[in-house]
Formats: sequence, structure tokens, C-alpha cells
Amino acid sequence: MTQVMAKTAPQATSAQAGDTLVEIRDLEKHFPLSGDFLEQLRFKGGKLVRRQEFVHAINGVDIDVRRGESLCVVGESGCGKSTVARMVMGLLHPTGGEIRYDGQRIDNLSPRQLLPYRRRMQMIFQNPYASLNPRMTIQQTLEEPLRFHHPDWKTPQIRDKVAEVMDSVGIDPEWGKRFGHEFSGGQRQRIAIARALAVDPEFIVADEPISALDVSIQAQVLNLLMDAQETHHLTYLFITHDLAVVEHFGTRVVVMYLGRVCEVAETRTLFSTPRHPYTQALLSAIPRLEDDRPDYIRLEGEVPTPVNLPSGCVFHGRCPHANERCRREVPQLIAAESTQVACHAVEEGRL
Amino acid sequence: MALLDVSNLDVRFALRQGEVKALRDVSFTLDRGERLGIVGESGAGKSVAAFTLLNLIAKPGYIAGGSIRFDGQELTTMKPRQLQQIRGNKISMIFQDPMMTLNPVLTIGEQMVECLKAHRRIRTRAAREIALNKLRQVPIPSPEKRLDQYPHELSGGMRQRIIIAIALLLDPDIIVADEPTTALDVTIQAEIMSLLLELCEKHNVALVLITHDLGVVSQVTQRTLVMYAGRVIEQGPTREIINDAQHPYTQGLINALPQMATPGSRLNQIPGAMPTLSRIPSGCAFHPRCSFAFNDDGSPRRDCREVIPGFVRSGNCDVACHMVRDLVENNSDARDPVEFQEAP
Amino acid sequence: MTTSASAAPSRWARFRDSYLVYSFKRDLIAQVCLVTFLGMVLAAVLAPWLAPMNPYDLAQIDILASELPPFWIDGSDPTYVLGTDAQGRDLLSTILYGARVSLVIGFGAVILQAMLGVTFGLLAGYLGGRVDAFLMRLADIQLSFSTLMVAIIVGAVIKATFGGAIYSEYAVIILVLIIGLAEWPQYARTVRASVLAERSKEYVDAARVMGFRAKRIMFRHILPNTLSPIFVISTVQIANAIISEAALSFLGLGMPETQPSLGSLIKSGFDYLQSGSWWITLIPGAVLVVLVLVINLLGDWLRDVMNPRLYKG
Repeated sequence: MTQVMAKTAPQATSAQAGDTLVEIRDLEKHFPLSGDFLEQLRFKGGKLVRRQEFVHAINGVDIDVRRGESLCVVGESGCGKSTVARMVMGLLHPTGGEIRYDGQRIDNLSPRQLLPYRRRMQMIFQNPYASLNPRMTIQQTLEEPLRFHHPDWKTPQIRDKVAEVMDSVGIDPEWGKRFGHEFSGGQRQRIAIARALAVDPEFIVADEPISALDVSIQAQVLNLLMDAQETHHLTYLFITHDLAVVEHFGTRVVVMYLGRVCEVAETRTLFSTPRHPYTQALLSAIPRLEDDRPDYIRLEGEVPTPVNLPSGCVFHGRCPHANERCRREVPQLIAAESTQVACHAVEEGRL
Repeated sequence: MALLDVSNLDVRFALRQGEVKALRDVSFTLDRGERLGIVGESGAGKSVAAFTLLNLIAKPGYIAGGSIRFDGQELTTMKPRQLQQIRGNKISMIFQDPMMTLNPVLTIGEQMVECLKAHRRIRTRAAREIALNKLRQVPIPSPEKRLDQYPHELSGGMRQRIIIAIALLLDPDIIVADEPTTALDVTIQAEIMSLLLELCEKHNVALVLITHDLGVVSQVTQRTLVMYAGRVIEQGPTREIINDAQHPYTQGLINALPQMATPGSRLNQIPGAMPTLSRIPSGCAFHPRCSFAFNDDGSPRRDCREVIPGFVRSGNCDVACHMVRDLVENNSDARDPVEFQEAP
Repeated sequence: MTTSASAAPSRWARFRDSYLVYSFKRDLIAQVCLVTFLGMVLAAVLAPWLAPMNPYDLAQIDILASELPPFWIDGSDPTYVLGTDAQGRDLLSTILYGARVSLVIGFGAVILQAMLGVTFGLLAGYLGGRVDAFLMRLADIQLSFSTLMVAIIVGAVIKATFGGAIYSEYAVIILVLIIGLAEWPQYARTVRASVLAERSKEYVDAARVMGFRAKRIMFRHILPNTLSPIFVISTVQIANAIISEAALSFLGLGMPETQPSLGSLIKSGFDYLQSGSWWITLIPGAVLVVLVLVINLLGDWLRDVMNPRLYKG
């Protein structure tokens, strides 16, 4: 029922794509688990051996972010979506692979070389209660990035810019003299968005920006992000676990599982015809308001630990369609119709 | 007679800024085997309501008025000893964070046996057998092994299953679940919820489900209570509330969900935020955010600002809203309750 | 979490409405302690004006008036309210001057400790890795020497090399250096722990994403948020430093008798304890105990108030 259109290496497909803003290739991140040198030593068969263990957080991820789109990365906790976001922002260093921004490799730049990119790419964080410095007033929080990135600006110019961003995210200029903890979660998230917008970025990584907020406030913040995208011509890399938000907000969706990409598709395609068995299970599990929903797909077991990755397809232990090949061979992300899927079953036409 | 009858409950917190009214005039009933959802955003008082049901409100909070009757017994004035016979035994609780219930230094088996022995005269061996049985019910693979494991050795989903097994241990009449799946992933959340639903139906246990997630409420409960700023503002059959909410806040809450808007368009947001409990607006607490708190000529409605709305019956729902009251009074024949019961 | 309609409160109003002031108003012990502590500090600072005589001025000392008892005992001289010591110095004046020396050493040593400890703690906590391992092992080594031992060795070496006269002249500075250097790991460890907690918060990530340099993030963003534990530990450390100094002086390794601190006063009177002149030792001893007790009680109160579990803000 499914036809495989082409089995191309991902490098080849996207190298020509001129509108790609961020290119992530073969990204890997391992976190050492076994502490420092002394803690790694073990006695084995009368010999002292050094044994290192790693959390394999990201294992060969390819993602392209196209200019002007909202690319959503979804997955459950531990799938590595936030780690990808943090590596793109340079908060973590990749173990392997490369990240390109506008054609230029940025993952190996020094902090000084990275500085021009800091103005072009910004980040919005999950926890509005921790993302504002509790000892700084809102005015100070918003002025500091401007003073840092525009040392030649005079105070009135900075004040004007701060007033402008405050206005654009709908916060009262009167708030400037107050501290972060005097505001509610939604208001703080507005302030955090204002801080990110202050340096006029073109690319924003939003790591679960609304999951800590209440339903009615989520809507406000999502609307604000969409408004900002329109007025500032922003590109978003939007990390979330909330599929309802993805369906509403995303241009394209990347589904991740255990540090690998399962499926990449246009939002509408993904929600109407999910291909990867994991995507199907994930979509079926969203609690819906309607009462006539079909039964969700029960997955066996739980997410394995990323310390000892399963061989072959990382999802094979829980997949109802897994066979011998899935246990042995790692599936590549291949184009299948309008989506890209990493699944042997889809490739073989079994699914 | 209802299994649980809460009437006019008032809970206050004595803080240094003064007294804060966390719950005001909360009334509801729960029948045997019924599943009730309490919905609200943070600060609405839904967790306080859960704790109060078990009379677990700790200082500086206290019950300032009203009554909670369980099976005819008044819980608010009960002595701690008697209360312990009900708490955990007749009414058990599931918390958001499994580690709040599980003691990290005891094995699962020790905790379950201890819990059984506290309420029943029973031998350890028999208690272990019951524990094993309950673990089989929430299906946990190799339950014998789990009994000797410590909570930290288990995954989040597994822990929440064990919590459910513990909640069911003494065959309670009511389970109060406070955001039981908020900390879990969607796929596990779906599993846990359907398990809870299945077990409640099978054992005829009543469920009070406290959550902010309308989707979960819609899937699991029969009746829903919507709370705002410490008050119940709307209650009625879940389907009716989801499909045809009457209170402007409930409507706003449902319409604000991304599912309710066309993808890519702006969401229908409610302006403003939930007031802090120390600064609840006068009259209807929702009036500063409400788009219906105006007269026809555009001037603000006085009653919304000054008078706390009482409940009116609209369809099968009780709604505390001046606008809905006017609607019901003006065309009482236009709204036929029977019509709603037939609706899917 | 207040929603704003009113204007932002001023700094003073913020302080006045803070939990610190609120709990202070309700805590009698804290009030008594603060008043006593401030009274003692004030008396020590104003010693040259308050004291009836200058104990450093040999011309004012009357050797014949030695070992006079305090006023409530027969045989006292009304000029010497608390009596005199073995050299005929007015005990009240020597105590005032002695408290001054003790407090200067206490505060001086703590400032030095704090500067070293905070800097090392910030570096270790923020940079992590090898810097962290090196600094913290250094702290472990430092802590494995007791303050007294270091002080005895350093003091002995200085005395041997430069002679007693020079030692006496620079005794205050030497003691500040010794006590300051010996105790910095306390600060470094506390600061490192709270830096580790703060570093994982998102406002630090936000600052990194802005491209701010490590120095700016450490001192402008993280340091202000670790002030509460620094405050709390400072009170304990001041008390400790005063006690260390008193112990050293008591052992004869601290302040010389010509420039007595509370510790050397206690020591100088100790020889006369058997002969019945107990006041020369016990009165400065009581002052020392009260001073340290008051500081420790204030520290306890401060720790309760600033406990992040109870106080979020």
C-alpha cells in the first residue's frame, strides 16, 4: 500500500535547499554517566579496567529548519528534544555531527565568534518562574541585552527600544520597575519573550514555552508567539510534548523517540496520515473532547533507558509491527510520499 | 442518600497578609460509583478541595464553615482517630507526584503490607497476598518481584500504577485523584487513565478527578465541576458542559484549546489571568475578564460587579452567572432540558 | 504574584514589607540580640570617647591601683567601675578597647574569607570540570589543617623571622590574614553549592544565550542570587573568627598584652584567678560569651528567615 519514492541520503536532499536556515546533520550527544576518572575504575577478573558509561541522548539526528516556518519537535520525556534545542543554541556541545546556521557551521565556534549569531537566534524557556533573574527589575532584564549587543547606543535609544518591545508583547511600561516574582506565569513568559525579541532575532528556539502555563494563558502566549512571527518574520524551532499545540501551531513536525527522528512531515499530513507506528500511538493517546474517539493504541512496556540503546530500531521493543530486521538494523529516514519516515515496515510496504 | 455530600464548604488560610479564602461556598454531591471531575486553572482551589475532602488541610489553612458528610458521618468535626479509619480506608487519594505517597526507603511490599495492617487485623502473609493481588489488577509485570523493589527502581508509569494499586488496597468507596497523570507522558497518561476508569467501573468505586485537562475530564468523568477563584461556577453532566458550556469562563476555557481553532489562526484567548486569592474581585470574580459583563449599551453591568451570582438551572447544569440567569428567565421555554438529554 | 495596577513600590517600602522585617517584628530574641549586638559594636567603635581612660597610654596607668575589684565589692574605687587589672588599667576601658580589637579582627577576617571563598566558589561552581576539582581539593587540604595549627605555625615563623616587636606591631593584620586564609573553604563550599543550584536555572541559560561572558554571568547574574546563604554563613563565621582570635590570644599567639583583645584580656587575668581577682578574667569572658552568643542567635534567626523552603521571593 505504501510506495517508497526514493532512498536518498539526507545530506543530498537538503544541500540544495536554499531556504534552509538551520541544518542539523548527524547530531550526537552522549552524557558521561560514570563520573570522573577514579569512579570509572572497576575490578574485572583481577584487573583494573576503566569502564565508561554514557547516556545516549541524541543518536544521529538530521533536522532542517526552513526560513519562516514553525518547525515543531515532539516526543515524550527523554526523547532528546530539549537536548537538540540546547545544542542549537550552543548551551551544550555536540559529541558528534554538525549544526549549520545560514550555511555557516556554528557548533565549533568560540563564544566570541558566536557573538554575531547570538543576536540572530534567541531562546524562550519552559519555566517562566526560573527564566527571569530574581534580583533584576524587568527594565534591567530587558535593557541588559541591548546594552551588551549595542555598546554604541545611548540611554534614550535603549529606553525607546525597551518601550517598543514591551508594547509589542503587551506589557505595561509601568512594570519595568518591578521584579519578576511579582508577576504571574503568563506575564513572566511575556517578559521572557520580550527579552528574546529585544535583540531583533530572526530565529527563535522555544523549549516548551507554554507547558508550565494554564490553559487560558497558553492561548494568550501562543497568540503572542504567532503575532511576533508575523511582525518580526521569525522562524521557530518549537519544542513541545503537546500534540494539540503542534497541530495548531506547526508548519512541519519532527517526531523524536529515544534520541532519533522517527518521522518528519507537514503538520496536516502528519495528523491525517501518521506513518510511523510510534507517531500513530502518540496521536491516538491525545485526550480528546469528543466522546466518540477510537480506542488508543496500547504500547507494550515503557521507554528503554538511553544508557543501553536497543539494537536496530530504537522503537522495536514496543512496536506491534516489529520483525527480525527491526531488531537488527537501524532504519534510515527515507522519503515516503510527502513525509520522511524511519521505519522498516513502512519502507517494506508492510504498513 | 449521596455517598459524599459537601455543602457550603468554606476553607480559609490565615496568612500574614491577612485571611485568604481558598474555598467559598462549595457544594456538591457524589453518588456511589460516580465519577466527578473538578476542573480549574491553578489558583482555582481545586487541590484545596481535594485535601479538604480528606480533612487534610494543614495549618495555616482551616475549615471555616460548611460540612462534608461521608455516608452520613460528618467529617469536619470528626476526631483524628475516627478520621483515620475513613481516610485511606474508605476514601483514598492519588497524588500528582507518586513519590509523595511512596516512602523511598521502604520496598513496595512493605508499604502495602503496612497500609493493610494499619486498617485491618491481618497477618503479614495474608496482607502480602492481597497486595500481590492488587498489583495483578493494575497489571504490573512480575508482581512478586516488584514487591521487593524500592520506588526509585521503577519508572514513572509503573510507580503511578503502584499508587493506584495502593489506593485500591482497602477497597475504598471513593478515590480522590489530584492531577494523577500531569507528570506523565501522553501515551502513559492514556494508559493510566483508562486503567483508573476500568477499575472504578469494575469495583463500583466513586472517583473525584481533579485536573486542569478538559480532555481527560471529558474522557473519564460523568459529571464536572468547574471552579474559578475558590468558587464553583458551573456544574453538570460532563458531556453537556463540554458540548454546551453556559458560563462564560467555561466557554472561554474550552474555546481557548488549540483544537477549537482552525490551525494557524489565532486562538480564542480569555484576557487577563486568574486573580490571586487575596485579591478576588467583588461580585462575580470573573467579571474583569468577562465579555458578557456589559449592558446592551456597552456600559459595565452593575450586578456582575457587585453581586455574587447564585446558581441558576440551565439545562441540566447549575450555573453561577448573571448573564445566564437573565437568559433563563427571559425565555424559560426556549431552553428545554429534555432536549439536552437526547443530545449525543 | 500581584497583578499590577498600582505603581511599583520604592526600595524602602519593599524592605519594610519584606518577610525579613515581618519576622523580625515578631521575634523577641532577634530584637534583643540585634540591640545588644549593635550596642556592643557601637560601644567598641566609640571606645576612645566612651572609655574613662586610654589603656594604651602608659601615662594614664596607675600601677598602685592594680587589681581593684568592681564597684559592687568592698574595696572598690568609684573611678574604676569594673575594677582594674594586674597592671592597674581600668577594666571597663580595656574591655571596650579589647572588644574593638576583637571585632576588627572578626570582621576583617570574615571579609577576607568571603572575598576568597566567594571568588573560588563561583569559579568552581560555574566553570566546573578541572577548575572545580582543583579548587575543591585545595579547599579539602586547607580544611584538613585546623585553624589553630596554621595560626601557631605561621605565628611562630613570623615571630622567629621578624622578632616579637614587629609581630606585635602588625598583630591585627597578621591575625586577620591567618584566620581569613584558614577558613575560606567554608565560603567556597557554600557558594559553590548554591552556584550549582542557580546555574541550572533558566535565567542563567538565558544570559548565556544572550552571549554574555562568563565573568558577567557569574558576578552580575549568579552572585546576587547566592547572597542569602553568604549572609547566613557570615554571621557564623564572624562569631567563629572572634573565638579563633580569642583562643589564639589566650594561648599567647594572638594580640600582645599592650594591645589587648578580649582573648588576651582573659589570658592576662587567668593567672590572678586563683588569687581571688576573678573579675579580670571573668568579666571580659562574659563579654566575649555574650558577643558570640548574640551573633550566633542572630545567625540562627537569619537562617530560619532566609530558608528558601519557607521563604520564596
